[in-house]
Parts: sequence; C-alpha cells; structure tokens
Amino acid sequence: MTATPNPRPADALRDGDVAQAAPASAGARRVGGIAGWVDDRTGAAKPVGYLMKKVFPDHWSFMLGEIAMYSMIICLLTGVFLTFWYIPSVGHVIYDGSYVPLRGVEMSEAYASTLNISFDIKGGLIIRQIHHWAALLFTVAIVVHMFRVFFTGAFRKPRELNWVIGSVLALLAIIEGFAGYSLPDDLLSGTGIRAMAGFVQTAPVIGTYLVYGIFGGPYPGEMIIPRLYSAHVLLLPALLVGLFTVHIALVALQKHTQFPGPGRTNDNVVGYPVMPVYAAKAGGFFFIVFGVIALISAVIQINPIWGYGPYDPSPVTAGSQPDWYMGFADGALRLLPGWLEFEFWGYTLSLNIALGALVLLPLVYFVLAIYPFVERLATKDEREHHLLERPRNAPVRTGIGMAGITAYSVTMFAAGNDIMAIRLGLSINDITWFFRIGFFVLPIIAFWVTKRTCLALQRRDRETVLHGRESGTIIRTPEGRFFERHETQLPEDQWILVQHEAKRPLEIEPEVDEHGVVRPAARKDRLRAALSRFYFADAVNPVTPAELAAAQHHGHEAEAIEPAESSQQIESAETAGRR
Amino acid sequence: MNEQDPHTPGTEVGRPDPAGDPVRLDQGHVEGTGGLPERFTNPGLPTHVQRMADVDEKAADRAEKQVAALFGISIVGTLLFIVLYFAVDLRQTVFIPGVGTMNASHAALGVTLAFSLLGIGLGAVHWAKTLMPDHEVVEERHPMRASDEDRAEAVRVVTEEGGTSQISRRPLIKYTLGGALGLFALPLGIQVAGSLGEMPRASLSQTWWNGGPSGPHDEPEFTPLRLMKDPENVPILASDVTIGSVYHVMPEGLLPDPVTYEGGAEHLLEEKAKAAVLLMRLDPTVIRSQKELDWGFEGIVAYSKICTHVGCPVGLYEQQTHHLLCPCHQSTFDVTQDCKVIFGPAKRPLPQLPISVDDEGYLVSTAPFAEAVGPSFWERG
Repeated sequence: MTATPNPRPADALRDGDVAQAAPASAGARRVGGIAGWVDDRTGAAKPVGYLMKKVFPDHWSFMLGEIAMYSMIICLLTGVFLTFWYIPSVGHVIYDGSYVPLRGVEMSEAYASTLNISFDIKGGLIIRQIHHWAALLFTVAIVVHMFRVFFTGAFRKPRELNWVIGSVLALLAIIEGFAGYSLPDDLLSGTGIRAMAGFVQTAPVIGTYLVYGIFGGPYPGEMIIPRLYSAHVLLLPALLVGLFTVHIALVALQKHTQFPGPGRTNDNVVGYPVMPVYAAKAGGFFFIVFGVIALISAVIQINPIWGYGPYDPSPVTAGSQPDWYMGFADGALRLLPGWLEFEFWGYTLSLNIALGALVLLPLVYFVLAIYPFVERLATKDEREHHLLERPRNAPVRTGIGMAGITAYSVTMFAAGNDIMAIRLGLSINDITWFFRIGFFVLPIIAFWVTKRTCLALQRRDRETVLHGRESGTIIRTPEGRFFERHETQLPEDQWILVQHEAKRPLEIEPEVDEHGVVRPAARKDRLRAALSRFYFADAVNPVTPAELAAAQHHGHEAEAIEPAESSQQIESAETAGRR
Repeated sequence: MNEQDPHTPGTEVGRPDPAGDPVRLDQGHVEGTGGLPERFTNPGLPTHVQRMADVDEKAADRAEKQVAALFGISIVGTLLFIVLYFAVDLRQTVFIPGVGTMNASHAALGVTLAFSLLGIGLGAVHWAKTLMPDHEVVEERHPMRASDEDRAEAVRVVTEEGGTSQISRRPLIKYTLGGALGLFALPLGIQVAGSLGEMPRASLSQTWWNGGPSGPHDEPEFTPLRLMKDPENVPILASDVTIGSVYHVMPEGLLPDPVTYEGGAEHLLEEKAKAAVLLMRLDPTVIRSQKELDWGFEGIVAYSKICTHVGCPVGLYEQQTHHLLCPCHQSTFDVTQDCKVIFGPAKRPLPQLPISVDDEGYLVSTAPFAEAVGPSFWERG
C-alpha cells in the first residue's frame, strides 16, 4: 500500500512518531516485490500469514490422508502426461510397433496407443506405471485413512459432514480407478467391461436401456472407450478435486483433531506451525511418496497389458480379476447363489447379480456415510469432539468397525477364490462355501473378539492406574512374607489412561408423564435406549481419583501387613545391598 | 469431553504424588469421592526434551551436512535422469538382481527419478526433524457454531432482505419460478439420455445364428449356418471331431479372413459377443439329457460360450468331468446334463445350439438359439 490513505497532520510527525506504519503490507513488501504486488491487489498477506502460523498436531496416522492426497496429485500429473499419447478410440489398426509378438495383429487404437506408451515412447512406461501404482496407493491410503478416522472417532461432531464427503470421495476414487484400468482395451480390462455390461443389463425394468445407453448400442460397440475416457479424465477428476478441496478446507476450518495426551485438551491444538516445520515435513513427504512410487514403478511391473492381447469378447484368460478395490464387488458376485434369480410373468429378476454389482457398491458407502448419525442416536451427544478416542475406549464402535472390515475382506478375498484353489490345492467349491458361511459368521466373531479385547485392554489400563506397573521385583519381608513391588506411574503416563470420559447408557424416560398421559415418542426412546445399551451397557470406565485413593489405601493393607513406609525401607535396603 | 472443565494446559497441578499421602484418611472408608475431584486433571504439557542438535553445535553441523547430502543426491539423480534419457537406447535390456531382466531405459529413468524425488523429500524431513524448532505450539480452538447474533442476522437478511423481492406476496411469480427452475434441466437431461444409444429392440435375443447380422435394426431370417473354427474360419467335418475334443466356434460368414482381415461381420465384436459357441464331443452314453442328444449329432454338442451370469466367455472345459467353468465368477456347468449349473452364481443353463451335418459332412446349425444368450435381463422372457 504505497498510497497512504490518511495523510497525517504534520504535528503528529513531530511527536516522535516514527516512520509511517503500513500495517498489512509491510511484511509483504519485505518478502519481495511480487508478493507485495499480489497483496496490493488481493490483500492475501493476512490469510497467508494466518495459514503459515496454523498449528497441526503430529501423529504418524495423520499422514495416511496425506498419502491419499499426494497419490491423487501424482495421478493427476502423470495422467496429463498419458493423455498426450493415449488415443481413446476403438478404431481398428494393425499393430506395427516394436513389441514383436503382437506385430500384424488387428487391435483398437486405444490398445495400440497404450502399447506405444509402453514400448515406443521414452519414459512412457515409467509414467504409465507411476500412474497405476499411484492409483493403487490412492485407493489403499483412502481406506486406511478411513480406518484411522473411524476407529478414533474423528467423525464425531463437528466432522460428520467431512466424513460424508470423504465417503463419497472414496466411492468416486474406486469408480475412477475402474474407468482408468478399462481404458487400455486389453483382454483383461475388456473382460471387466463385459462383466460391467452384464451387471447393468440385470437392473430391473430399465437394464437393457441402460446398457444400450452406456454402450451406445449393442455391447461392446464403439462408444464405451471414449465415454470412459471422458469420465476418467474430465468428469470424475473434476468431482474428486472439487470435493477434495472442500474436504481439506473443512480440515483447516475445523482444525485437525488430536490424540489425547498431557496438555492436549478439547479446546486447543498442540503441534507445530506450518512455517517452517509442516511446510518442510508435508512438502518433503510429497516428494517421499512420489519417490517411493517412482521406485516401485521402476522395478515392479504392474498391469502388463501387452501380455493379455487386444480385447475380443469370445476368449478369456483364467484368473481374471479386477484391481483390488473392485475385488469386494467381484467377490460378492462369486458368493451370491444362483437361486436368487427369479422368473415371473415373463420377466427375469436377477438378484444374484443386481445385489452384488448394483446394490452392494453404493450400499457399502451409504452405510459408511451414515455411521456417525447412528452413533449419535446412541449417545445423544451434542458436544464438539476434537480429542480422538483410543479405539479401546470405544469397544462397540471398534467391534463394529472390525466386523465391517471382516465382511468386506471376506468378499474381497472371495474374488481370489480361483487363485487360492490353485495355489493351496483346495477345492474351489469348498473355498466358496467357506466364504459364503464366513460372510455371516466371521463378522460376528470379529465383533465379539474385538469388543472383548477392548474391554480387557481397558481393564488392564484401570489395573495399571490402580496398582501401578508390575515391576517383577519380589520383595521378602523379614517375617518371610513376599510381595511384588508395583511401580507407580508418572502423572503424564497415567493421564493417557484416565483422560477419557465415563460412559453410561441413556436412561429411558418414563413412558407416561406425571398426568398418566402416554408420550407419543416413547417407542422411539425405547429403541434409542436399546441402541445405547448395546453401545455402553458393559462400558469399562476410567479410574477416578477417589477410586485410586481407595485402591492405594486397600492395596497396602492387602499387600503388606507392614505399613507402607517399612516396605519402602526394605526396598531401598535391597537396592542398596545390590549395589 | 472437557467442556465442563476447560483446562488451560500447563496450569493445573497434577494429582498428589502417590508416594506421599493421597488418601484423606480423615474420611475413613467412605465410598465416594472422598473430597477428591470426579476426574483427574490434565497434567499439562510435558517438559521439552532438547535434541542433540539443540545442545551440541557439532551435532547441528552434522545434521546440516546430512541434509545437504540428501539434497545433493537429488541433484545427482536429476542430472543422471537427463543424461540417461538421451544415452540409453529404448530397446536395450538390463538385468537387475532380484527383479530380473527389464527394459534398461525404463529402469534407469525410474530409479534416477526416484532418487531425484526421495533426495528432496528425505532431506526436507530430516531438516525439519533435526534443525527446525521442535517446541510444540498451542493454538486455541473456538466452537464451530457462530454466535447467536450472527445466526439471527443471517436469518434476518435472508427473510427480511429477501422478502423485499416480494416473493411471498406474489404467488404468481413464486410458482412460475418454481416451475421454471424445476423444469429447465429437462431438455438437457432428455438430450443426453435420449441420444446416448439406440433402443435394444430384439438384438439381445438374437444372434448371428438367426441367419446373419443381429443388431437392433436387423431382422435376420434363419438359414442353416456351418460351424466355423475360430480363428481359422474353416468349416468342421463331423468326422474330425473326436471324443473329448473341444472347438471354439463361430457361425459361417461372421469371421473375416484370418490373414487379410477382410470380409466378415460389419459389427464384428458385437456379433462375436453373442455368437461364440463351444463345440464338444462326448460319448453319447454319458449324456443324461435326451434333449441334449436330440439337438446334437452323435454326441457332438454345441453350447453358447457366453456365461448366463454376467457374460464372460466360459473358457475352461474339463475333459474328464465334462464340466465347463467360467473363469470370471466360477459358475460351473455340467455338459452331460444339458449344461445345467452345478455350482456358482449363474442360474440358467448355457443355451444349446441345435446342430446336424450337411450333405458334405460339415456341421451346421439346424435352428438358432431357442433363448437369449448371455446375462439375464428384465424382459428376457
């Protein structure tokens, strides 16, 4: 701001008034001419300064979302490169490139151009492999990031909205992945598109119109590759980047959650500022993720499309499988029994396909997205939560999460039932039956085991607080009594074990009010109370100061008839003697 | 959870030292809080532990050199990438221990790129961890919710200021605007939905075996078609088909010349996707379905290769058990029982193609498929 808006009267200058302070732009001008130029026109110095000072808490698990973000950026970057050479067309060409085994073979331009990227364009294969590996890492990182958010309760108020956006992002990411790996038009990906056409075709009533609409006519047609390309490079990335921007903006606005610890409260953020620490750490981490992906892409082959041959709807390769993130839907299709197809009044309803392919995919992400609201029904909690919960301190949520992961894994591994049968020498029918039964049984077992484990860990935490850590040192009193010395904890170590809130199930309000009139909402409340009991009926709550005081009082009585001081004297005598 | 007792970190006193006398014995064995707080108090930030580089100038210098070395590695990686991009021939191969033989240019560019990137990343993180300040900073949070005044003001602006448009007083505008906004997307929606693709008509229920092209606008009339070996595109003599053999078959006229790619169906892949057939010869005594025998020729039977589940080609034939297995989702069909499903997610048997031999002894179809091939659809019938 070179033009000062309010020229001061001269006498003000005489009053020892130093040089004119130009408040907002002084820093910007010091940074340099360009920054000053930008600030003169935008006033960006204030928000930039604020962002640079912003504090982020530190924990390794907070990097998972970062990995997803960086892999997405790497995909965008390498994807732009690939568009320079890839031709989204199924126009027929006779291949004459440098991959000898396919020379003279008729194929689509899409496949031929992907072969060219892999064999005839210098560095093309590394870019293609980075793109594919980054996409795989993107989907993995999203899932693991969701685990972290789920198991620590980071989705609670005020972050439910961001959890929903994240769920949509996760769904978009796997659709984007499917569209991407279908583009080379090789035999494997073509088989995937064939199956997709079959899924769509089974949609009740409108299936055939849908599939003819998507494919522009009879399968496979000539439209699917250009249309998938348009979705893959334009529509889905626009949605992904747009929603991702909102996702990250909400993180900045709501400030990052933090794990409980000494000095960390629900009302503060303890961590490092963006400038310089996070700028270096997060910026550096982008290069690390990129570098690791580049290294993997250099030495580990992914999707060698030249080995599959061009797409043709009549042959197929054994062991046809989608990329991992589509595995759960493919596995569900392998598990669903044929009797779920019904014929009535001359119509066919194929639930054996529609359930696994058309219903499951959106259903999984819908269930994920509404979870925060289900838990809120049980807690009736209106407060903001910025401190994360240790997974053990929410045993039912952790159990539900593990049950969900188990069900998902059963369907995902079921997509490899043929590979397992070959590798393990087992009957594919037995494996399929194991997964069919496992889909219903294993999640229940996982829930129960996880919940009991969490409760046990909570009890151990209580035990540690009440009686200290077992030192393994056995002390013998002069009278011949033995006891083990328990080490007391530092307040900092103890805090993590006692910081969380006690939880109790919601009480049911009486069904009739004081006048004996039945409340209309009573039934809803009963359901809510039942849900709340399911969550919190056997909650193990943290030690209170009173409990600790009582335990120390009783503990000494039980452990040593001698007063506490004398046992301490014995201890010190022992240690002195050992020295 | 801490709203009831907001803490200022570092100011609370921790609980009494347990080695001292934490139990207020004057309370006796009274259950309850014993005058103690309901919850423990936050002990506040732990004392900061100095790093080696904070206290030892030499350690700091070492860290500086390490960071510089990592950045140096990045520069070397970048320069090597540029050199190798031009120096390594695209056709050269290289053996990398533990990985195998691979394209030399690919390996060289990938590895140097990785070093170029990892050098920067590891250097920056090492710098941050050793030399940049590691004093934790505390930032206060504020409730997300805006103040009541701000909320009221927002509501007032929308209702009162918005009300000056007179929308609530002029229902004619209100309802026509609603109608216009509700309808304006329809033309765009109709354009895209209506023009995406043509109507299926009968094309899902007919194949090239109906007598020729079977697209939505074709109405093929049945003529017997020879069964042609795919991809050689030659007819099959029934006498050449030995027991236990299996052929991949397409109808006559569909395939182009296997060398020149000339002739054949105009919509080759679309026709192939429906017309592919597997031809097998079994000992007629093992075939348990009379219809299967009648529609075959001396134990030679032809079945659609397109799975009735989601349409993958049923690629695996087990000679000993006469089972056909779809590699996509493992539906298993028993050829001795008219290809009925004996395991897996498919419901319907593979459709059978009725065949016989012509005057010259070649296998021909005697009728098209009696039902739609491939995956189910609503109006399949």
